[in-house]
Amino acid sequence: MRIALAATCIADTLFPAAPQAVVRLLERLGHEVVFPAGQTCCGQMHVNTGYVAEAVPVIRNHVRTFAPVADGEWDAVVIPSGSCTGSVRHQQAMVARRVGLDELAATAEAVAARTFELSELLVDVLGVTDVGAWFPHRVTYHPTCHSLRMVHVGDRPLRLLREVEGLDLVELPAAETCCGFGGTFAFKNADVSGAMLADKTANVRATAADVLTAGDMSCLMHIGGGLSRQRSGVRALHLAEILASTREDPTPLPAATFSEMTTA
Amino acid sequence: MSDARSEILIRIRAALGPDPAPVEVPRAYRTAGDLAPGSPEAIDLLEDRLLDYKAHVRRVSADELPAAIAQAVADLGAEGPVVVPDGLDPAWLTGLADVVADSRTAPRSNAELDAAAAVVTAARVAIADTGTIVLDGEPDQGRRAISLVPDAHVCVVRADQVVQTVPEAVRLLAEHPARPQTWVSGPSATSDIELSRVEGVHGPRTLHVLLVV
Amino acid sequence: MSTFLGIPRRREADDEPFGPLPHPHEPLRWGESFPRAAKAALGNTQLRRNLAHATTTIRDKRARVVAEVPDWEALRDAGSAVKQQVLAELPELLARLEQSVTERGGVVHWARDADEANRIVAQIAEAKGADEVVKIKSMATQEIGLNEALAARGIAAIETDLAELIVQLADDMPSHFLVPAIHRNRTEIRDIFLARMAGAPADLSDAPRELATAAREHLRRKFLSAKVAVSGANFGVADTGTVAVVESEGNGRMCLTLPETLVTVMGIEKLVPTFTDLEVFLQLLPRSSTGERMNPYTSLWTGVTPGDGPQEFHLILLDNGRTKVLEDEVGRAALHCIRCSACLNVCPVYERVGGHAYGSVYPGPIGAILTPQLTGPSGAQSAGHDDPNASLPFASTLCGACYEVCPVKIDIPSILVDLRARAVDADRGRLVDPVAAAMKAASWAMSDAGRFAGAERAAALTHRVGGKDHVVRRLPYPGSLWTGSRDLPVPASRSFRRWWADRKESE
Repeated sequence: MRIALAATCIADTLFPAAPQAVVRLLERLGHEVVFPAGQTCCGQMHVNTGYVAEAVPVIRNHVRTFAPVADGEWDAVVIPSGSCTGSVRHQQAMVARRVGLDELAATAEAVAARTFELSELLVDVLGVTDVGAWFPHRVTYHPTCHSLRMVHVGDRPLRLLREVEGLDLVELPAAETCCGFGGTFAFKNADVSGAMLADKTANVRATAADVLTAGDMSCLMHIGGGLSRQRSGVRALHLAEILASTREDPTPLPAATFSEMTTA
Repeated sequence: MSDARSEILIRIRAALGPDPAPVEVPRAYRTAGDLAPGSPEAIDLLEDRLLDYKAHVRRVSADELPAAIAQAVADLGAEGPVVVPDGLDPAWLTGLADVVADSRTAPRSNAELDAAAAVVTAARVAIADTGTIVLDGEPDQGRRAISLVPDAHVCVVRADQVVQTVPEAVRLLAEHPARPQTWVSGPSATSDIELSRVEGVHGPRTLHVLLVV
Repeated sequence: MSTFLGIPRRREADDEPFGPLPHPHEPLRWGESFPRAAKAALGNTQLRRNLAHATTTIRDKRARVVAEVPDWEALRDAGSAVKQQVLAELPELLARLEQSVTERGGVVHWARDADEANRIVAQIAEAKGADEVVKIKSMATQEIGLNEALAARGIAAIETDLAELIVQLADDMPSHFLVPAIHRNRTEIRDIFLARMAGAPADLSDAPRELATAAREHLRRKFLSAKVAVSGANFGVADTGTVAVVESEGNGRMCLTLPETLVTVMGIEKLVPTFTDLEVFLQLLPRSSTGERMNPYTSLWTGVTPGDGPQEFHLILLDNGRTKVLEDEVGRAALHCIRCSACLNVCPVYERVGGHAYGSVYPGPIGAILTPQLTGPSGAQSAGHDDPNASLPFASTLCGACYEVCPVKIDIPSILVDLRARAVDADRGRLVDPVAAAMKAASWAMSDAGRFAGAERAAALTHRVGGKDHVVRRLPYPGSLWTGSRDLPVPASRSFRRWWADRKESE
């Protein structure tokens, strides 16, 4: 398949190792990955903060960039983020329609229909749960709120992780409770956010996992930021980084909490 | 200055705009259960739910009913007469010594009801799924106060009155919607302290259900 | 200590630990903005323990009883649609309700606001010569501050729901729809009873059963002698005039049955069109609320029944801001709410700060969308940053747990986002806001890949400040809001975009 990658603004800038891993993984599985150069961001940050007018040009840019998928130029768009996938599916067209841009809304819906979160793409579209990965570490998985409740990925990420050779998957207590990130919530309600984070990191540490993984770098930035502050030794890796890891080309455990980009 | 009624209605119409779109209500939910009304399975389910609420449940035949009522009252060990609605079948009460009848036209005072050991009533319908018994104020069930003030309620439910689901009961009750209804699901209870359920607050602290099968 | 008779009084310093909040003038707007109030609440470890225990208990109970209903989603769909239908046909349905109730011997009143509703209740009580009324817990009467208004006219309102009694005795404010004293544990409740409840046994333990029995003894004489009762309504059926109250303890039945006069205050949105519609809501409400298959008692009455129950029935239809909420096509779904409190119980924010931080009798996720709409200016506008209630739509991570459990499928996260936009728009041009400036700058950069790549290149230059761990541990305000409890990863030395371009070039 020809698959267009929407890297997400946060991973593009702060965590390039995550989209790099998506490329490694999908190419290993025999697919062609393209990175449409016009992409920036899905617009969710602006919408969720109440800056709808400012979100419109960002959304327009995303829709224009990925519109070729609706014409069959690519078979699918993959986003390594439940949150951004949720925004593409549930916000973009709604916002466009609210400001009277019906044509943009229609294109947004067409793009959204061919856009998949990573675990959805693998399990539903590509039909694989065993991606041939090897990752010999103790791992716990945090189901991010938007992947769980907006995109409904269900247990797809866990099914993928269970097939990874050498991986010791340990259940995260109170896994489905929000980590307290919430975008600007972490700033506007820093104290409540910090209290939620404290509970989440305590649960992560209780698993004695080497690695915390999730499908969203934004939530991982938050929880990982807490784990880093506590000098817990737990690494925060995107699901793609684990699924991309093989015996021949293993994903190394980073020296600190987050991965440095690979140099390949 | 217009009156409140007109002003509120004007505000609503202004808020809704000229032609609010009509709404179609999807009703894909169950309007009947898998269990036939009065079936042994429905009775089993009702009993299970009632026991979960800490109600006392006993199955009896029609012949055994008077003795079962007397036994349920005796088990309370409480002083005072037994209140009954005046439309209750007198044959049910042959085992009771001290019975006082109540009706809409000859009501007992609240103090008299408070001094009673128990109340015995029939019921209109019972819902197995939820362990609910509905009283609708007919002469064999009486005024709402009589099944409320006494500290124990002995309620007689016939097997053919047991339906499985809430919609089956509501549709039956909708035949006489204006009757005052009391839906009873177990004895009085509260979850107001740390959200832990404890039985026994203002309503009857004991509920005896006699299922006539 | 004097016996508390239901009349709010001045708080004394030695009242602690009772009454953390003085009775507010506005039941829908009190205290500080949410972030400040939340910060204070977080410092109360006892409160956090009480809330965590209670919300975890009820969440598990709800999940169990919902899972056993095979057609739960179909019921939610129906419940949501019936409530939409109610709003779309509200004028006709209200008129029909009024006619049905009147035909059955009831008296219908209309109240534009809290003052008008309170005045009507007081006049009815005064006409009956009552200097006290017994009350069923009701959000509508909380919202209008009925107890305080009656007290000002010399009428004592006696709360009869156990949790509401605890709140009233402690001179406190409610913090939850279903369990207004959820912020109290059994030991605190025992202490409140001993200090404030007439006739509480001196050897009262903190066993919930004993506490419930003490409340029974305390209220029994009141019930048997009360002349006037005041209730809210869970549902009002337009086509039959039937009103429904759902409860557990039997205090509701006492109030609805024994007094000669009953006054019911009902929000205009509490309608259902037909009696049969109750089959949907009487399944959705108890399982979502107390996590029971059915609540112990539900009372349904239609006007006046000669010889049975109150012989005088007044129904007050209350607006008090609801028509303002109705003006917004997105926000009006908040009026679908049936006050089950499931969204409070699952909310990770509510669980940590409790209800008082929301500064309204409507706390939690539903409160965060209902309160600002009820109190804001009309025309789907926000009051902007001057109003503490304008902070409420931001009191959420948008995690979506509330939407998932809502029995009438109110999309609370989407409405929160909508209200945030209203708050932002209200402040446009009114103040110099660094967040607004940042959002504008980000919008400019993110709407063009060339500009975004340029911003990334500039950001990458800061990579070195992250040291060997690639994180920043301390930033000046406002970055300190983040670094107060977490490290911040620095931008990568090379963005993914550049890596991709370099890779293509080397091919």
